[in-house]
Amino acid sequence: MDIQLTINDISLTVPEGMSILDAARTINIDIPTLCYLNLHEMRMNNHIASCRVCVVEVEGRRNLAPACSTPVFNGMVVKTDTLRAVQGRRTMVELLLSDHPKSCLTCPKNLDCDLQSLAADLGVRNITYEGEESEFPIDKSSLAIIRDPNKCIRCRRCETMCNDVQTVGVYSAVGRGFETVVKTAFDLPLHDTSCTFCGQCVAVCPTGALMELDQVDKVWKALNDPTRYVIVETAPAVRVALGEGFGLEPGTIVTGKMVAALRRLGFDRVFDTEFGADVTIMEEATELIHRIEHGGRLPILTSCCPAWVKFFEHQFPDLLDIPSTCKSPHEMLGVLSKSYYAETYGIDPQKITVVSIMPCIAKKYEAARPELGQDPVTPDVDIVITTRELSRMIREAGIHFDHLKEEDFDHPLGESTGAAVVFGTTGGVIEAALRTAYEWLTGKPLENVEFESLRGMDGIKEAVIPIGERDFRIAVTHGLGNARTILEKIQSGESHYDAIEIMACPGGCIGGGGQPYHHGNIEILQARANAIYQEDRSKPLRKSHENPAVLKLYKDFIGEPYGEKAHQLLHTSFTKRRKI
Amino acid sequence: MSNNNSLIKDPYQLLDDYIDSLPYKKENLILILHHAQGLFGYLPDKVQWHIAQKLDIPSAKVYGVVSFYSFFTMKPRGQHVANVCMGTACFVRGSEKLQQEIESQLGIKTGQTTEDHLFSLDSVRCIGACGLAPVITVDGKVHGRLENTEDIKELFAKYRSEATPDAQSEISNIEPIQDVKHAT
Repeated sequence: MDIQLTINDISLTVPEGMSILDAARTINIDIPTLCYLNLHEMRMNNHIASCRVCVVEVEGRRNLAPACSTPVFNGMVVKTDTLRAVQGRRTMVELLLSDHPKSCLTCPKNLDCDLQSLAADLGVRNITYEGEESEFPIDKSSLAIIRDPNKCIRCRRCETMCNDVQTVGVYSAVGRGFETVVKTAFDLPLHDTSCTFCGQCVAVCPTGALMELDQVDKVWKALNDPTRYVIVETAPAVRVALGEGFGLEPGTIVTGKMVAALRRLGFDRVFDTEFGADVTIMEEATELIHRIEHGGRLPILTSCCPAWVKFFEHQFPDLLDIPSTCKSPHEMLGVLSKSYYAETYGIDPQKITVVSIMPCIAKKYEAARPELGQDPVTPDVDIVITTRELSRMIREAGIHFDHLKEEDFDHPLGESTGAAVVFGTTGGVIEAALRTAYEWLTGKPLENVEFESLRGMDGIKEAVIPIGERDFRIAVTHGLGNARTILEKIQSGESHYDAIEIMACPGGCIGGGGQPYHHGNIEILQARANAIYQEDRSKPLRKSHENPAVLKLYKDFIGEPYGEKAHQLLHTSFTKRRKI
Repeated sequence: MSNNNSLIKDPYQLLDDYIDSLPYKKENLILILHHAQGLFGYLPDKVQWHIAQKLDIPSAKVYGVVSFYSFFTMKPRGQHVANVCMGTACFVRGSEKLQQEIESQLGIKTGQTTEDHLFSLDSVRCIGACGLAPVITVDGKVHGRLENTEDIKELFAKYRSEATPDAQSEISNIEPIQDVKHAT
């Protein structure tokens, strides 16, 4: 049934159940919001109306109504622009600011903060109410996420993201009234919880209450140490998002400029995680074929995503034997830098520092996992920084990003194929694996390399791909809640697949917790995904096993894929963990 | 609140039996927490974690609920729980002074428990005994018109003389949640 109402004297008809906020948006009236966040594609809808910033006047109603959570009704008369409504909203922001730290200038979220923008937009010029500021300890326990509860405005977006979308359930509102704060179970340090460090809470936090662990200074230090040979590698999803940090349109491909910027910053070698992705496919496709031929357990699950890995270690410890044992691409590139590259070019591996530029916060945690290194003092990857941190480094160095001339990655660990590019978005890893597995299993060339049925933003995608005599049952999921659904079906025996790709972040790595903030605009993710596929099409080689530098690596150094040396360097193991 | 005899049996087993007997489990979190507090006397991390595992819900959710309701306590309680009524009628009849007097006699603040685990002191809103204001309850029993220091001393002395000597050792025997902390 349709509802008729007027907003600011404009008559409109909208479907029943719509909120005032959404109704107003259909006629281009913008009502400011803060706690509200509706990411429909991710199944996230935070409309708890805790901030009261979206209040409007409704005729016949005594108090102001929160537009985000008040449904429209027939004959409703709404005013969003009266003095009372405007002042009401400003008062709400003043109240939010009354106990909020006033350290904007030194806050890591400075100029990217929704609360700050709102105060600017609503013309808050003084704070009438000077409230007491809380003094919670800052949680620096984890190697990925920093929690500063003093900057929390209790919007509970993190809680909705963690509980409803990711089904990890790390956060809860604790206490009541003014004392309420979003905390972990038993106030445990984040490191001691089941947190996967996916960073989606950071991606939706409107303030600086949740931030990634800042490791920029560590990178500067390494770059300025003449005894260190500093290698940098960049993930596929970074090159389609980094431009946003410099005002470029979402989806702008900046690969060449990014490489140039990294050279200007002083890295000794600029390598590409995509080389690691091509190696991952060599290993993972071989592992899949090995399992099929030797009656190993299926489905095989991808293991590129560190948040996903931590998720199944905590939530499905009985399924630890089904994920692929492959290390993630950046770890592979790290270990190859310190072994193959170091050996070939006569560099002492102890002097090499590997820095990964990732769209991801969990990669920071992953790099510190003790098993991901040749010995305790030589981790495969030394430092991980996010896309956001890199764009800050570039600004700190005074580089005019947009004016840089495009440059190419260094040889040999900078060579890659289109198969490696698509790792950056949901469906990409399995598509890349199929391009190789198809040719290996059938011995015939694969004509159409684009597997359309595995692409797109649906939470769970399923496809049956005929390869030779055999039908491969494939599933692709992104978002940990969707992953849980699939794993529960495997556990119960309800579903049977041969291979499943799982990425923790909605949209895959392009939507990673370390990417430039989308501020609720999910179209940005689609633009990044389109750019990934565009980059794939522009590559002369689009199958991992055709990468000449990778083939040379196997011929000269590794030997057989999934062989002894491959196991020693490129494969890992998982740990049973408890659910908190 | 009964927190005595049931500890003779394994309280975790009793709690599990109770949860198993419920047709709806996740939906009855608050009821389960009530029962658990009856069994253990309080709701330490480990008990909350146990419930979370049993119901297959995040521990943070359990913790959030426990922290919200003032009835639930995460600290061990004394053998006797005294509640000072802070409702309007009692308040105007001097319950604030009464609260201070009890605090000074027991040597604890509201929300705390005496070192000998005999008394816990809390406050409640109106209990509906306004005619007797100011009132306190001890283990649910109402004591009214508590206006002078001697009456208060006498009341607590009576409870002290009836205390079972080994009360405190029974209650605070639940070890901290070490194994949870090191789970990762």
